[in-house]
Amino acid sequence: MGMTIAQKIFAAHTRDNPSADNVVLDLDVVMCHEITTPIAINDLVARGMDRVFDPDKIKVVIDHVTPSKDTKTATQAKILRDWAKRNGIKDFFDIGANGVCHALFPEKGFIRPGYTVIMGDSHTCTHGAFGAFAAGIGTTDLEVGILKGVCSFRMPDSLLVNLTGSLPDGTSAKDVILKIIKELTVNGATDLVMEFRGPVIDAMSMESRMTLCNMAIEAGGTCGICLPDRVTAEYLWPFIKDQYVTLDDAIADFHKWHSDADAHYLKEFKLDVSNLVPQVTFGFKPDEVKDVTEMEGTLVDQVYIGSCTNGRIEDLRQAARIINGRKLADSVRGILSPATPAVYNQALAEGILQQFMAAGFCVTNPTCGACLGMSNGVLAPDEVCASTTNRNFNGRMGKGGMVHLMSPLSAAAAAVAGRITDPRQYLK
Amino acid sequence: MKKFGGPAICLNRNDINTDEIIPAKYLTENSKEALKPFILEDLKLDGFDAKSNKLTDAKVILTRANFGCGSSREHAVWVFEVNGINTVIAESFARIFRQNMFNCGMLAIELARDQIEKIIDLGDDITIMVDLDTNQITAKGGTGELTFAFTLNSFDRDLVVAGGWLAYADRNY
Ligand code: SF4
Repeated sequence: MGMTIAQKIFAAHTRDNPSADNVVLDLDVVMCHEITTPIAINDLVARGMDRVFDPDKIKVVIDHVTPSKDTKTATQAKILRDWAKRNGIKDFFDIGANGVCHALFPEKGFIRPGYTVIMGDSHTCTHGAFGAFAAGIGTTDLEVGILKGVCSFRMPDSLLVNLTGSLPDGTSAKDVILKIIKELTVNGATDLVMEFRGPVIDAMSMESRMTLCNMAIEAGGTCGICLPDRVTAEYLWPFIKDQYVTLDDAIADFHKWHSDADAHYLKEFKLDVSNLVPQVTFGFKPDEVKDVTEMEGTLVDQVYIGSCTNGRIEDLRQAARIINGRKLADSVRGILSPATPAVYNQALAEGILQQFMAAGFCVTNPTCGACLGMSNGVLAPDEVCASTTNRNFNGRMGKGGMVHLMSPLSAAAAAVAGRITDPRQYLK
Repeated sequence: MKKFGGPAICLNRNDINTDEIIPAKYLTENSKEALKPFILEDLKLDGFDAKSNKLTDAKVILTRANFGCGSSREHAVWVFEVNGINTVIAESFARIFRQNMFNCGMLAIELARDQIEKIIDLGDDITIMVDLDTNQITAKGGTGELTFAFTLNSFDRDLVVAGGWLAYADRNY
């Protein structure tokens, strides 16, 4: 019987099989941010275990609330900063160099095909876009990861998501994943690795693949994963060029991670995207999704463009197609948070930030920002936000607020119209 | 071994997420104990009152499918722990939440939908005891008593016996 990419990665990293259903994996990367790590650090210190398994395999960023907003968040940042320093962790990203973890770490070349990656953050599944097994975990798993470089998982079954056709203009990876979550529901992929395949994936950039994998968790998935190919190799080339003679060598090497033709999948899901319409959420669950045309006219108070889902340069370019030369509707506040300093710089160089500012947007530093309502961009009760983020839970962006998830194009259209509207009308 | 079970509170809804169990704004707390007052603060459930005595007394949460979906925050487990809850019984769990429960040496038990429904039908005051020797739970309520067998993965049991994953991993790796 053949193996899936996830099974191959597991087989190559198995440290122990504590039961027939469980496996303890050796980890290639343990990523940390300032919300979930300090409490792990405090606990390790209290237990007299203030050590790390390998400082070079630990990557650290302050991204959720930055610059710190009060004493508590400043203390979280300080705990992380001091810990990184005393444990010799070189890859630590503080103010001036920081950005949203799941956008920043791939940009730095930290994620490679075949890697095992954990982080105390549910959207760690994003990194599966590189053909890695990347999963969100809790604090205790994080502590053990930091200390021992291992993590336990159940044996992975996979859900094959086969995407055919070609994406119509006005739609993007975000619309695809919202549509998939709508069909699968919020626990349709629980305990499964979602393996994204098909011509739609082959044609997607790494940015789009990250958007897709980012929301695997919203269907319950352990990880989203794409088979590493030429697109992956080109993205990673600056970091791997010393390892391979040519790009084709890298692509050939990546092949060892490809799922076998006779691999077993627990479930299969097919979608032809050729007639896909922009998708928008309407409730407090990410599977409560409708066509944008059914949501037409829903008034919005705030538009948020950013996050690990859609804060990359490709997303900003998309939104700018609609924002450029237009103004925010009078009733709307617009916030743009480029996900990383590199995205910020690139958007500046391309004149995109200026276009957003001319339209009336506030441009923030790279941070999670409004996405989780912990620092800036918090909604007042009964306010509505059109957002490019990944989670619309009750209270997520502020108590009593409503979040409608959508693509950067749809968010930009809502910004200029003051209500949810079909972005395609602006693209003609 | 630690005893599991006690008075139960029923959260009769699917897909209760981690933001409902403990909102993100409390993630800046640096101790588990500080989370205590905020348990289930944003839960959307008709007739549920996060301030009721029932919740204060509860040792067991009885709920439906996909419990604990959403974020990876272990705070969702700790807020139960510091409120004296040691067991969650559900039709199914989100992966990270379930793992966090066992990692903390707590129990996440899955029962079939009709079994959960039968327990809910026992009335308002339900007590559920867990027997880890026989892998059975016994639920007592106003209208009677029910016993159901459950399955527990042997590694998950090892974690509960060890008192959590950190202790287990420190011994074995
Ligand atoms: S942008 Fe939002 S979803 Fe992404 S890591 Fe930050 S808080 Fe989490």
